[in-house]
Amino acid sequence: MVAAVLGGDAERFEVIVRRYQSRLFATARRYARRDDEVEDIVQEIFLKAFGKLSTWRADAPFDHWLMRLAVRTCFDFLRGHQRNREHSVTEISAEEEDWLERHAAAPESSDVDGDAARSLIDRVMEQLSPAHRLIITLLELEERSVKEIASLTGWSVPLVKVRAFRARAEMRKVLSRMTREKYL
Amino acid sequence: MNLDQLQQVVLEAARRNPPEDRVPYAFEQRVMAQVRSRAREANPDGMTWLVGFWRAALSGSALALLLVVANGLMPDPGVSAEGDLSAAGLEEILMASADPAGESW
Repeated sequence: MVAAVLGGDAERFEVIVRRYQSRLFATARRYARRDDEVEDIVQEIFLKAFGKLSTWRADAPFDHWLMRLAVRTCFDFLRGHQRNREHSVTEISAEEEDWLERHAAAPESSDVDGDAARSLIDRVMEQLSPAHRLIITLLELEERSVKEIASLTGWSVPLVKVRAFRARAEMRKVLSRMTREKYL
Repeated sequence: MNLDQLQQVVLEAARRNPPEDRVPYAFEQRVMAQVRSRAREANPDGMTWLVGFWRAALSGSALALLLVVANGLMPDPGVSAEGDLSAAGLEEILMASADPAGESW
């Protein structure tokens, strides 16, 4: 299929798009919230893939190559939208505030399936720096290994470890800012 | 509030609620339109002309070969009894020069 596209049959690329589009949409939604941004990211990934198809070596799985491209495109998106990530604590919704109160009262019985918990983690992630958001997403949410993250991002293994440590610290800082006034 | 515990809880919430993989309607068509546009850019007009020229040359050669083969299979209207006589006459003229001079008179 890839050989056919490289041979000049661009129409065969549609098979690749159909096969991987849902997976890439799920990936892009971890980094962007608005539908138009998510669509732009996935489109960018496919166009980059089409342009760089000749760099794929057949001895490695195609989906690894594509995911590497996807992660780097998402990281570029985060860096490009860095200015928009600053949100004040006052933006916490009533539901999120209720959830935090319930968690403070009974941490062991916190509801992790509710919308409030989900929107709270989105809010926390939006306040992290691009590199830290990427590392938390890959390491903590997608539960990938350090070696795998190094391969996806192009960073060295020690750099991934250092950034993971700093990312967790930054995340605690954000959570601290959110809860300081009310609960600490 | 224990921040480490809160961090673990929100991360667990995120793990349990992965983003959806829904694809917008006709997304692949929009991507393919862009891909076609890029493919055209990668294949400039000069190259298109060259490809067209090459295809025309191949078609022309194939047609010429077909005509040659067809011509070879068809009987030649110029070859007739008279044609055979002409050939015999040519042979006689050529051989005449090799005849001994004494016999000519």
